[in-house]
Amino acid sequence: MSHYELRCRECGRTWGNQPRSICDECFSPLEVAYDYDALKPSVSRERISQRQPNMWRYSELLPLPQGYEPRLPVGFTPLFKAPHLGKRLSGTATAAGNLYIKNDAVCLPTLSFKDRVVAVALANAREFGFDTVSCSSTGNLANAVAAHAAREGLKAWIFIPSDLEPAKILGTNVFGAKVVRIAGNYDQVNRLCSQIADEHRWGFVNVNLRPYYAEGSKTVGFEIAEQLGWRLPDNIVCPMAGGSLITKIKKAFDELIKLGLVEPKEVKFFGAQATGCSPISTAVKTGSSEIEPQKPTTIARSLAIGNPADGHYAIKTIKGSGGWSEDVSDPEVVDSIRLLAETEGIFTETAGGVTVGCAGKLYRQDRILPDETTVLCVTGNGLKTTDVLAGVYQTERPIAPKLAEFEAYLQQTLDVDEVPGVVAATEEVAGIGA
Amino acid sequence: MPITVQIPTALRRHTDGVGSITCAASNLGELFSVLDEKFPDLKPHIRDDKGQIRRFLNIYVNEEDIRFLGGPTYAFQEGDEVLLVPSIAGGKS
Repeated sequence: MSHYELRCRECGRTWGNQPRSICDECFSPLEVAYDYDALKPSVSRERISQRQPNMWRYSELLPLPQGYEPRLPVGFTPLFKAPHLGKRLSGTATAAGNLYIKNDAVCLPTLSFKDRVVAVALANAREFGFDTVSCSSTGNLANAVAAHAAREGLKAWIFIPSDLEPAKILGTNVFGAKVVRIAGNYDQVNRLCSQIADEHRWGFVNVNLRPYYAEGSKTVGFEIAEQLGWRLPDNIVCPMAGGSLITKIKKAFDELIKLGLVEPKEVKFFGAQATGCSPISTAVKTGSSEIEPQKPTTIARSLAIGNPADGHYAIKTIKGSGGWSEDVSDPEVVDSIRLLAETEGIFTETAGGVTVGCAGKLYRQDRILPDETTVLCVTGNGLKTTDVLAGVYQTERPIAPKLAEFEAYLQQTLDVDEVPGVVAATEEVAGIGA
Repeated sequence: MPITVQIPTALRRHTDGVGSITCAASNLGELFSVLDEKFPDLKPHIRDDKGQIRRFLNIYVNEEDIRFLGGPTYAFQEGDEVLLVPSIAGGKS
């Protein structure tokens, strides 16, 4: 007897465990519900902390088939203070001690938080008898499905918009996955996948395996709480594409409270989008509870979902928590990627630039206060989206391998007004303690 | 105005297994009337109590979301293919 099963988010009907994402009765999405009373005696801080440092340490709170042996050490990425960034974003020294980065740019094996969701989806794919897994993807998910499928010995068919960053396409090809480029945007790819899923008995991680897949996102929330010393932050700032991650971090915090692993606390959830694809932040700002779909035009391709499947629930999570949603322009995304790199040594992809840029706005609007513990979720790695930085840096002329040449070069460089990065350009940040 | 309507697997138990119909309708309202008459069981799965299209159902015309075409005001053209697609559903279990 499993301690979890699918339940309709609206009408509450239960569906056991099967590859299915909607309730036939009311057409609403299904999610995994747990028997928390049964779980409570077997879950404790001590037991969890003795386990290996990966997301499987929270296995009781994940929908994993009985006897499932994880094949990859996914997750448990670093959470650390970001003092220089805190000072820059808030304009005060106070925030320097209270701003944290959750860095999924180094999540294994494919350097984005999507490894977490795919790990859980594929744990179930084999259990349901699929020999082929699939997804529609803006890139990171494609990488993750391809890699995990290789590891699990499953075939992978990956559907992507044809304009995806070359690194994300290559990073899917290399695992031996079949990559199908679609001449359309993500929403069109996603719609096609819903139709394909009707015709082929494949495990689509974000279609018929979606309820299981989405649970993997909770591990971001579990880790944040554990890494803060089993306490919840005041604020979470989270990038939003389909809108699932922000709702699952909320679910994770609620579960930790329910199981007595953290003290109850009202955490505010802040969503971040690119202005060129901002259906969720637009709804939050205009007070709507419904999504108006958009045609994405942004360099933040990993967030370019104009008709987000979980948009409605993301809006509810944000509003219900007293949070807010912001969006930033493409130039702000690039500046923010550079700011995070120059202040904290983290090279994030465009989605991370969106998160950092929006966090700055939220500090300036006093929606996030400097003395509050705030965690920014960086969900992907900058090496996958280097194309957006093309032209930002000039290629230096080479000099001869002679000391005299270097001394001359150094003198020349010091003589010329330095062309500073975004950090030094406006403010000196030295002297802030970590 | 003959148009084709594709019905996804998830809804076919309300259409006696029918996956596609050709009918005459000049806009979404008329299409709903045709569907209501032909498949009375389908109605509550497509629209809520207030008659609004269900939140998690997307309607496409020739691969374009009908909301980008004007939604209920869009006038169907001869030969249009209308797709009813649950927003995150699909798949053979």
